[in-house]
Amino acid sequence: MTGYLADVGALARKDLLLELRSRDTLPAMLLFVVSTLVVFNFALPAGTGETAAYGLLWVAIVFTAILGLTRAFAAEREQRVLDGLVLAPCDRSAIWAGKGIAVVAFLVLAELVALPAFALFFEPVTWELVAAVGLADLGLASVGTLLAAMAAASRARELLLPLLFLPLVIPVVVGGVGASIADDPGRYLGFLALYDLIFAILSWASFEYVVTE
Amino acid sequence: MILARRLGRTFGAKRVLGGLDLHVAEREVLLVTGPNGSGKSTLLALCAGLLAPTEGELEVGVERGQIGYLAHEPLVYRELSGLENLDLYGRLYRVPERRERIGMLLERFGLWEARRQPVSSFSRGMQQRLALCRTLLHEPDLLLLDEPYAGLDEAGADLLDAELAGLSGERTLILATHEPDRVAHLATGRLALA
Repeated sequence: MTGYLADVGALARKDLLLELRSRDTLPAMLLFVVSTLVVFNFALPAGTGETAAYGLLWVAIVFTAILGLTRAFAAEREQRVLDGLVLAPCDRSAIWAGKGIAVVAFLVLAELVALPAFALFFEPVTWELVAAVGLADLGLASVGTLLAAMAAASRARELLLPLLFLPLVIPVVVGGVGASIADDPGRYLGFLALYDLIFAILSWASFEYVVTE
Repeated sequence: MILARRLGRTFGAKRVLGGLDLHVAEREVLLVTGPNGSGKSTLLALCAGLLAPTEGELEVGVERGQIGYLAHEPLVYRELSGLENLDLYGRLYRVPERRERIGMLLERFGLWEARRQPVSSFSRGMQQRLALCRTLLHEPDLLLLDEPYAGLDEAGADLLDAELAGLSGERTLILATHEPDRVAHLATGRLALA
């Protein structure tokens, strides 16, 4: 177990270092999420209410995640490094876990900008919303990292990733919006946690089959 | 160590390799030659386990952690330095005394001075030297080398000659090359693909 965690740590550290050097993904995610909220601010008619505002926030979060995930395996794909990683004797799910940690980190950083912007343009940020966003990040990264690896092997990767990702994260949007507006957010937060657990196990167990023939 | 029966591989409608019977014993040095598109790289990728055969059977008698695979690409991150790349692979392969081993390889292949530079600033020859360091880092039992001399200058090629001479007889080597004369004296077997 210690060895597995060390592998995950080394791979996650590598992804964060790559982003620090190349700055390919995070600035684009930050710009995108803020721009989207600004557009929504002008698009949403006055007096529409908080329900619509929270819905739009979740749309912005999901599409920002897609933007990050599209680049998640770019270095491995362009330089065929995935072959080198797959040949290493470590458990191949460590590649998924390491990449997933980096994706969560990028999402959290994007949301550190997005949530204050949301509070500025729309509604105040509640602790329920913060908890829902945190849980949603885990689910989005779990499923998204697996699908990004699948899409990376395809020529139509930019098309394939959203097509596979969006239907699978509908429960995240349902749970996230529910936790943001419901009187009893605990039920929706529990739903998000259950989603995270199920999809993290499924993605962890199936990653090996995605990166090998 | 490697046993192939009627081995074949098809990509879409194109059959790149077909009906290959092969036996490579432990510590053998097999020289694989053939024109472009004859299936040399495919054979090595099959032996590495990166591709699955579409025909026949292939048995490789070592675990994947004991395979050293040199591909056309160096399989390293361009944004990381040579040292960072080798450190990552060293951790994943659980190389004992990792830092010492990495330092020794970088020194031996003439990359010590450039060890902290990003790989993107390396010349093609330096990238090939780094790829050789990566391939040899974990002291694999089976070495699959696809065009190992590609991009190397004369000094680099001499270094590789010496390395291969030291490894022959101790490890199992499969060398796919367009320069068979350079390693012919080491070969214990030959496979010419058409």
